[in-house]
Amino acid sequence: MQALINRDDMESIQGFIESLSRARENGFSEMEQLKKSGKKVVGTYCLFAPYEVIAASGALPVSLCGMKEEPIAQAEKHLPRNLCPLIKSSYGYAITGTCPYFFYSDLVVGETTCDGKKKMFEYLGKITPVHVMRLPDSNNREEDYVNWRKEIWYLKERIEKDFGIDITEEKLRDAIRGKNEERRVFREFYELSKLDPPPLSGLEVFRVLFSSGYAFDKRKQIETIRDLISAVKNAYAKNDLRTQPGRPRILVTGCPIGGATEKVLRIIEESGGTIVCFENCGGTRDREELVEEQGDPYEALARKYLNIACSCMSPNDNRITMLSRLIDEYRADGVIDVVLQACHTYNVETYRIKEFVRQQKHIPYMAVETDYSQGDDGQMRTRIRAFMEILEPRNT
Amino acid sequence: MYSAGIDIGSVATKGVLFNGSIMGSVIIPTCWSPRDASREALDRLLGKSNIGRERVHAIIVTGYGRALADFADQAITEIACHGRGAFFLNNSVRTVLDIGGQDSKAISLDEQGNVTDFVMNDKCAAGTGRFLEVMAHLLGGEVQDLDRMANGAEAQMITNMCTVFAESEVISLLAKGVSKESIARGILESIAGRAAALLVRVSVEPLIAFTGGASRSAVLKELIEQKTGVKLFVSPHAQIAGAHGAALIGWNGLVRKGLNAPAREQNAGAY
Repeated sequence: MQALINRDDMESIQGFIESLSRARENGFSEMEQLKKSGKKVVGTYCLFAPYEVIAASGALPVSLCGMKEEPIAQAEKHLPRNLCPLIKSSYGYAITGTCPYFFYSDLVVGETTCDGKKKMFEYLGKITPVHVMRLPDSNNREEDYVNWRKEIWYLKERIEKDFGIDITEEKLRDAIRGKNEERRVFREFYELSKLDPPPLSGLEVFRVLFSSGYAFDKRKQIETIRDLISAVKNAYAKNDLRTQPGRPRILVTGCPIGGATEKVLRIIEESGGTIVCFENCGGTRDREELVEEQGDPYEALARKYLNIACSCMSPNDNRITMLSRLIDEYRADGVIDVVLQACHTYNVETYRIKEFVRQQKHIPYMAVETDYSQGDDGQMRTRIRAFMEILEPRNT
Repeated sequence: MYSAGIDIGSVATKGVLFNGSIMGSVIIPTCWSPRDASREALDRLLGKSNIGRERVHAIIVTGYGRALADFADQAITEIACHGRGAFFLNNSVRTVLDIGGQDSKAISLDEQGNVTDFVMNDKCAAGTGRFLEVMAHLLGGEVQDLDRMANGAEAQMITNMCTVFAESEVISLLAKGVSKESIARGILESIAGRAAALLVRVSVEPLIAFTGGASRSAVLKELIEQKTGVKLFVSPHAQIAGAHGAALIGWNGLVRKGLNAPAREQNAGAY
């Protein structure tokens, strides 16, 4: 994070992005220092965890590990094989003690997003303090928001009790303003990809976005991303491009990705596409809608978080509305839906998304199902390249 | 001037020499080296047709071994090649069902023969030629013997889709004394069900071309027709549709360049 960017030099932009790509690993020692100074740490797995409540308590919210294949074999001692790799990896990291962020967490926040996670948290609760929030599975009734507001309140009470502190309304409002600011600056960053051609590759954009969960000094983080934005803009104005013009513009949607599943992003861009938008958890999903800064902060948080367009919501009309707007704004030529094996809700939803994208937006759509292993490289390359072969003639 | 298409499949490597129509074709086993097979297919193709390498101005490779053929001008996926090949064989084709050795796929085409959508089987041998091969060996025959065995027999349903589980199922059926004729028909039924499901996910818009090695089975064709309620078109060139599509794409490229593409002589040494 300390690197300053030379505004005129694309090479320094590349170096900077590479250093951000290591944010997860680099954050370990920073967190160790912060722990020593008496900071509390709250680990989270999912966007539904209300970041602002944790931040308002003075504790550090951190994304826990769950994106790599290594600990899955250990997790399968307790969990079935045909479970989504995200759940198995998260649990595997926890029981093998190989996630430093889990090790430093004083409390872990989980949500009842899906059956697999819900049941996994029961086991996780045996090895560390876990607070599970009961997430409503719909957001089209007023009581859904009332219930979710209560759950956010329970989380506040749990943190206050465990850490012996008070979360005042003032602190919460501060945290809401701070997080909104962070969302705005990251949004400004990924919106650079609306340019044609985009200034950065999709993989580079993704890595910067992915680093956001591991920056603990938020003021410094916002400053750095602002610097990066102006450096990229300057270089672009000088026609110093990092992407090739004329390539199909791909919108990636679906399950959370990162770590092992970066393979899909790599294959898309090695097969001739440029990813211009991520309608997923690491991308737009939390950042497009801000928290209302006026009125009851708990209600404002409840409204914002329950509107996250996750397939665990039924119906999940928000995802259709979001996709429709993003496809237009980013001028996507095709949509690739990345689904993790055994993630039933996203998998079932592929049919609805396919019908919508093809019939309402009139662009090609493809779903790819994958896990954390690297064994499907060949099949994935064939499918994705064939998709590009559909898109390329449409572009010329 | 000629173009050549080489389709390097997991079981067989196919080659087609083209100059507006098919001038020659070969089918050889891929064995363990896709790279060697691709070179041998090209050699044989040229030898058989008595055409010098310098007269071939575009070589397009496809199939799972396509990345290994370093002599090629371009590698294109088997999805685009099968679509293009099947459409050339009959321009009423709007859907292609291809069952090859390692994967099976359903492809949807527009009126110009461009691919608009496709699905492929999951990453395992279920529903592929490999499944047929494993099952045929259990019954003491080869894939081409399944039709003869299955003809007229009463199907013994095979319930497992997974090749490994289906193998144990067949072994236990044989141990119970079920006739291998019934099992053979059950095996073809199982593949037909899988193929029909794949088609339904993309399109069953006629005309449906059935391509790939498995299209040689008349019983399989009939069973898929029963399950989808739509007739399948099987060209005598169905097994080489992918290689043909590759050659055709190469040919179209040459035509676009105005039929006077640069000679390949200077590149011939690299081969």
